Amino acid sequence: MEEKKEVLRMENIVKVYSNGVMANKGINFSVLAGEIHALSGENGAGKSTLMKIIFGEEQPTSGDIYVNGEKTIISSPQLAISLGIGMVHQHFMLVPSLTVAENVILGVEPRKGLLINRKKAHRQVEEMADKFNMQVSPRARIEDLTVGQKQKVEILKALFRGAKILILDEPTAVLTPQETTELFEELKRLKSNGYTIIFISHKLNEVKELCDRISIIRQGRSMGLYDMKDVTEQDISNLMVGRDVILNIEKKPPEIGDPTIRVKDLNISGENGKTFVNNVSFLLREGEILGIAGVEGNGQSELAESLTGLRKYNSGSIEMCGKEISGCNIKDIRALSVSHIPEDRMTTGVAPALSITENTLSDKISQEKFSKLGIIDKGKIKQYGLEMAKDYQVLCKNPDVRIDSLSGGNIQKAVLARELSSDPKVIIANQPTRGVDVGATEFIRKRLIKMRDNKKSVLLISSDLNEVLGLSDSIIVMHDGQIVAYFPDAGKISELELGKYMLGIEKQSESEIKEACHGQ
Amino acid sequence: MIDYSFIVDFLFMWIRVATPILLTSLGAVICERTGVVNLGLDGIMLISALFGVLGSAWGGNLFWGLAAGVGAALIVSGVFAYFHLMLKANAVLCGTAVNTIAGGLTVFVLQLATGEKGSSSSLKSFSFPAVNIPIIKDIPVLGDILSGHNVITYFAFLMVIVITVFLYRTPMGLRMRAVGENPSAASSVGQNVVKIRFLAILLCGVMAGMGGMYLSMGYLSMFTRDMVAGRGFIALAACAMGQANPVGALISSMVFSFFDGLSNILQLLQIPSEFVQMLPYGATILGLTVYSIQKQRQKNKKNKEIQQNVIK
Amino acid sequence: MDSNKRIHLIVDMAKLMIAILVSCGLVTAIVLGTSSEPMNAFFSFFIGPFTSFRRIGNIVEAASPLMFTALAVILIFGAGQFSMIAEGAFFIGTLGAMMVATSVPLPTGIHSAVALLVAAAMGATVALIPALLKMKWQVSEVVTSLMLNYIVQFFSIYMVSYYFREVSSSSLASIAFLDTSLLPVIIGGTRIHAGIILAVILCLLIYFLLFRTTFGMKLRIVGNNPKFANYSGIKVTGIMVASQVIAGALAGMGGGAELLGMYTRFKWTSSPGYGWTGIAVALLARNNPLLVPLAALFMGYLNVGANIMARNSDVSSEVVKIIQGVMILMIAAEALLKKWKQRMIVEAAKAETGMKGDVVND
Repeated sequence: MEEKKEVLRMENIVKVYSNGVMANKGINFSVLAGEIHALSGENGAGKSTLMKIIFGEEQPTSGDIYVNGEKTIISSPQLAISLGIGMVHQHFMLVPSLTVAENVILGVEPRKGLLINRKKAHRQVEEMADKFNMQVSPRARIEDLTVGQKQKVEILKALFRGAKILILDEPTAVLTPQETTELFEELKRLKSNGYTIIFISHKLNEVKELCDRISIIRQGRSMGLYDMKDVTEQDISNLMVGRDVILNIEKKPPEIGDPTIRVKDLNISGENGKTFVNNVSFLLREGEILGIAGVEGNGQSELAESLTGLRKYNSGSIEMCGKEISGCNIKDIRALSVSHIPEDRMTTGVAPALSITENTLSDKISQEKFSKLGIIDKGKIKQYGLEMAKDYQVLCKNPDVRIDSLSGGNIQKAVLARELSSDPKVIIANQPTRGVDVGATEFIRKRLIKMRDNKKSVLLISSDLNEVLGLSDSIIVMHDGQIVAYFPDAGKISELELGKYMLGIEKQSESEIKEACHGQ
Repeated sequence: MIDYSFIVDFLFMWIRVATPILLTSLGAVICERTGVVNLGLDGIMLISALFGVLGSAWGGNLFWGLAAGVGAALIVSGVFAYFHLMLKANAVLCGTAVNTIAGGLTVFVLQLATGEKGSSSSLKSFSFPAVNIPIIKDIPVLGDILSGHNVITYFAFLMVIVITVFLYRTPMGLRMRAVGENPSAASSVGQNVVKIRFLAILLCGVMAGMGGMYLSMGYLSMFTRDMVAGRGFIALAACAMGQANPVGALISSMVFSFFDGLSNILQLLQIPSEFVQMLPYGATILGLTVYSIQKQRQKNKKNKEIQQNVIK
Repeated sequence: MDSNKRIHLIVDMAKLMIAILVSCGLVTAIVLGTSSEPMNAFFSFFIGPFTSFRRIGNIVEAASPLMFTALAVILIFGAGQFSMIAEGAFFIGTLGAMMVATSVPLPTGIHSAVALLVAAAMGATVALIPALLKMKWQVSEVVTSLMLNYIVQFFSIYMVSYYFREVSSSSLASIAFLDTSLLPVIIGGTRIHAGIILAVILCLLIYFLLFRTTFGMKLRIVGNNPKFANYSGIKVTGIMVASQVIAGALAGMGGGAELLGMYTRFKWTSSPGYGWTGIAVALLARNNPLLVPLAALFMGYLNVGANIMARNSDVSSEVVKIIQGVMILMIAAEALLKKWKQRMIVEAAKAETGMKGDVVND
């Protein structure tokens, strides 16, 4: 490789958050001018934290940053931008009611006297979009755009501010395959124009296709910097997780029993008329883990919400343990022995300021075991909290501490404790191991399998292919709100095959999909 | 009884009582747009009302009154902003604190200045002048209603336009709307959310301060204890009902002050004064409720339409 | 992670001390800046309340109504609501108690009890209005409760002056309460009345309600994270409304107790503002009902001190409102001392991961 200038170097970056979580434990990172540099690591490895530090959104607790060879303290995004660093966030940083142009010029508005020079703004944005071949109208409102178009606006925003180093945080997570292809074209064009790109992803095939070099981090530590041509996907994956990925999680063959969830012609749409779930039918049976695979945002979350009573559905029927739930509230559904591990544990899964014990009891405090005539039995509760912490290996000094003082993995174990200890017949687990450390992940997966071995039903929604393939007995693939594939035996499919359906490249025939209803 | 001059008098009065609510609700619009609920408006109005009077009495002219009133509003708003934005105190609590301080401070300072706790009638303070508008003042009926108001009243109506242009046509207005709707988006392009909100709170303070000064240096020509009487809260309600839009705030302010004006006139009749005094507050609750029901109905209707389309 | 809990506690205490010190400093500054006899004013304010048995009694008397309203505030804020109705509920409570005390003859004891219950019922009713409007139509409870406070004030005064007025009195006053309705004085030489016992009992009860009952636990979950509460199958709106109704009843009963304990006629021409002071007391007590008596006594002490100062010197008693406001600001300031707290947490985290001081280089 020819001599290239180092545009960014980070040394010994340590970051401790105010809740005591240590996200970066001495990371080293270096990027050369004009390269596409991958930053890979598992969920929660500390990638996003590192990027927030580069962009000035977080300050490192210790460590040095060099931009173009000069030691710099990036105290704010403002400073990062003036240093030529631009960020495309995973969750778009756009203002929905404003136009594309307004979003792009925000903060660097062309002026005419005291007012905004709208004409000039529109022209500038148009020119820039043309130059990099990104088709968006400057007059369109953000709320009317597709996800792919929004991402283009994000990139334009960074370029408009003179960014030379572009950071993209898991940019393909929300894109369709075509949009991903388009994005890669755009990024390659940018590279050939001399831009430097930091591409954060854990999709190894994408990384392999697009990037020149790769830095890998694991649990907050650097695992090295490699030329892409020197490493295989297997190598990268080993470095990321620190062992060969166990694709085949040990489990007995399933003993399938009677149906517990019966979904028929289900339709769910949002307030703005967007269709989330489109004519979905399937059956979940006792002793079975049914995996729902799919790129996030293809209706899985809405399906889970409707199954648990958090969201109304428009038409079709959901039968839970033999009862149609259209008239039921959340409490009634829980009373049917349905448990729910929610997608986002901090916003729906816990009350952060309450204790571990209280969090594990939120759904069953009124049961006679814990209270009589509305008065809590303090001793029983305390004992229960201790039991839960012990059974579910929630690492804490004692279960009376606030739950938000724990790490993500331990919080998730507490959520699991609450949901599994109520002796459910059906468990709806939505991204049960997201942002959770390896140890906790393994623990949670084993518990789910144990439930299934005890003749319970598990509906597993996960965007982690390894997880879906490893845990499930049978698999449904969702794309754009529809079921596009059903595999009665999860052991017989490969990751690659699943990927094709997830990305909407292939679709099974009607009759194959109908198999998901097992003739009912 | 209800004759021509009565109606003209009422309409003239209506504009008069609308002025402080309009000014303050325009301030609230700026705050609300950046995502800050300013519950301290009542207190800011009260403090400006007093310091405007004191400034003009001590400085010997109107200018010092204006300077003192605006200055006091800026200081109090600055304290609110510092505690809410820098020290992350809850906005409702900050507002409550400002109102509590204002209630005490104004009486305390009033007593220091005049030896009385009730009003500033012993001070020789200045008021903002009333102005006749050429041409319009000669139009029959209309001239009687629209001309001859206090200069601050005209300022208030002018500010509806100024703030509309500011919010929708200037760089800072764009930034404020962005900060209110998606603060992380604004900060991701290097906008300092705290700074912009700070500025909005200060601007809001100036508007509320003008509203307060109108009460003591226009509507009346002295300060009386607790003279704001919840107008800051009513302005906040007007802002909410006007969907944080200057023109919306104008309309809602006019609706609420209609009842304020009505209560002024009804007091002349044989109706218990306490009942009459309740009117503007009751009207505000009613107005907000009707507005919320309306909003919900529209939403439901829209959803139904969309879903019917989906099913078709 | 116990260290985190300890750090929270230390920082909380330090903040409280700062709030009190700043308040004292503020009084000093105001007195020095405005008074011609500062030493006299200082003495009256800080020492004055302890100079006689009767004055110590005054502190306790002043604390009594604040305990009721602070409990109400704790319940409302605890459920994540920002209704300011404690003020209005207190005042309508005085109206309710006045009506029963003047017009419904009943035996001693029962008479007071009935008056207090009517006061509580009226307080609850008033508090229900913003709660229901919010539940049904999403009307902001902040604004509606503020407006209601004014309506309640005018309505109560209207009732007194049109239906219960003492005709022979030149200023506004109701007819005298029947003797049977008055709350007994419990400590001779003071006016400390049975209402204070009721207040202390209620503090214990509300603590029990919050931390020992299923309702209390649900309320705390709703207040901390309503989405999580809903997901857990808790009826979120029900809890929100119930908490406001109970709070209204508490504040209303407080109004009744204040009226029947301290007065023989209804004489207010405007609301005394105990609902607002209740917010300061609730914050001072860190939202813990068991600490409410202490916080209320402190606030009572400030009030009594300010009154003595106003009588004995040239500094007016409104100083105390300024102090209350400043205290609310200081205690509400989440980020005060944050850097210090953060440093302690970082040290603790480093100690736990075994990385002392320097970072180990990979």
